[in-house]
Amino acid sequence: MIKTENLNVSLQGFHLYDINLSIKEGEFFVLMGPTGAGKTVLLEAMAGLVPVKSGRIIIGGKDVAKLPPEKRGISIVYQDYALFPHLTVMENIKYGLHFQRVNKKEAEKRTSRLLDELEILHLEKRFPENLSGGELQRVALARALMVNPGVLLLDEPLSALDARFREDVRSGLKKLHRSSGATFLMVTHDFADALSLADQAAVMSDGKIEQTGSMEDIFQRPCSKFVADFVGMKNLFLARFSGSKATIDDLEIELGRTPVNAHGYIAIRPEDIVLSKESFTSSMRNSFRGTVSGVFDRGFYYEIQVRVGETTFKSLITKKSLSELGVREGVEAYISFKSAAIHNF
Amino acid sequence: MTKREPFFWITISCGIVIMAFILLPLIEMMTAPSLSMLKETIKDKDVLRSIWLSIYTAGLAALISFVFGTPLAYLLARSDFRGKRLVESIIDLPIVIPHPVVGIAILSIAGRNYWLGQIFSELGIRIMGSVTGIVTVLTFVGMPFYINAVKDGFEGISPRLEKVSRSLGASMFSTFSRITFPLAWRSMLVGIIMCSARAISEFGAVVIVAYHPMIAPVMIYERFEAYGLKYSQPVAVWLVFICLSLFLILRILTTPSREKVA
Repeated sequence: MIKTENLNVSLQGFHLYDINLSIKEGEFFVLMGPTGAGKTVLLEAMAGLVPVKSGRIIIGGKDVAKLPPEKRGISIVYQDYALFPHLTVMENIKYGLHFQRVNKKEAEKRTSRLLDELEILHLEKRFPENLSGGELQRVALARALMVNPGVLLLDEPLSALDARFREDVRSGLKKLHRSSGATFLMVTHDFADALSLADQAAVMSDGKIEQTGSMEDIFQRPCSKFVADFVGMKNLFLARFSGSKATIDDLEIELGRTPVNAHGYIAIRPEDIVLSKESFTSSMRNSFRGTVSGVFDRGFYYEIQVRVGETTFKSLITKKSLSELGVREGVEAYISFKSAAIHNF
Repeated sequence: MTKREPFFWITISCGIVIMAFILLPLIEMMTAPSLSMLKETIKDKDVLRSIWLSIYTAGLAALISFVFGTPLAYLLARSDFRGKRLVESIIDLPIVIPHPVVGIAILSIAGRNYWLGQIFSELGIRIMGSVTGIVTVLTFVGMPFYINAVKDGFEGISPRLEKVSRSLGASMFSTFSRITFPLAWRSMLVGIIMCSARAISEFGAVVIVAYHPMIAPVMIYERFEAYGLKYSQPVAVWLVFICLSLFLILRILTTPSREKVA
């Protein structure tokens, strides 16, 4: 288990403020956030590689905040892998064994298991400069796991890889997590990585933890404007609440429930907003007539912006429905959404 | 083929002028003395002694720079602190100070009316007119070249390599000896060569602190003053020849021989 309590770090240009995280033994925890949020600094602080201003870092019930990095049992794999360029693949992998009391048999067993699992046996005698990105990464993983760390920190392990390999690497990481039994803490700014790997996750911005919880929670029930925006809840409105209704500008929206804390924002995922040419009767409690004010190609989808009074809603539709509905700028359209799709915070 | 712009010809001709400017005097000097004269000069005990003195005092200066300069270079490469710029400018000072001024400055702290000079004299250390004085001066002028070269070398090594090493269980010392040093020693070698090359060439400061024992540049100057150009040239040729060979050997000995598996 790894836990931080009111961790504060102050480096030039980077600050972490009161970081409280709790990661269970053997969990795959994903830390998300935009570039510059301080994710890497947090990893380095946990590993003892940057000085901590105040707070505690507890691993296995022991405060390690004052211990040097070599005494913490935390391995780290950097985005650029940081393999030792003057050592062969094998020497890189066995590097950590110089400083551990591991008997020869056990060391051999571990080596052959990792080489086998990561499929890098054939690279053994090569130097890092002659390896591809994927190979470098697998060697870096093997080196980090060779010392049987309690916690493995992964700093954006997927971002430097070709998109085609990401799926493979994700499943590789999942397997490795299971076989090693270590607690994994991975940093990423990619949502898909987090969705496929994380048991628990946290979102960070500007040196602060915005939200922690399951991916489901973060994805469906963001608790701040930043997180809502980060997870792609593109319809985000400041609302006034009364009873089971919320009002944004001059639109009255039915929530189907009386919200607990009745102030702040409502948020709706763009894929939860249905676009139609005609008004239609359905179970959806909220339906408004508006004008299409923008059509944007988003690759697999089109984002349609519909203006209703003073408010602009964003909806995602497929290319097929775009032509079927004859949606283009300036035409009239209806938007509808269920009250269950409305999240408020 | 397109017609070359006049600017192209300007760059080429300037280049030729500079090459000639550097090479002509050197080639003329190196080829002026006859072989028999060179032979005679190298048999001269005084010449040999002064060239040897030049080489080993410069070598000592480089060694001292290595011992004291390496940790400082590492500090400057790895950490940011208030006044770092100031420290860096101070390190560069010996490069910009006129050479005789260096000699005078060093003598002024070694004199009897300065506390350090008193301590030295009580310990029996003499700066004026001694090998110790020569080494002191050469270290003073050579050190910046060592520190700057090695600092650049350390800066070229990703701090992440050291961080990974620490996280894998290596102490600071093990990390330095297993990771940082093996990756930086080539720049240390460059630093040693730069430092000793600079030290060997020093004349102005040495001549003030120690005319005797005579290092090679002082001897070249003395022969020029007393007997003229013709007698100073062979010593100069030998000094250049021996220094270049030493640096070349050092380079060859340390080129990587390891074959990397492709």
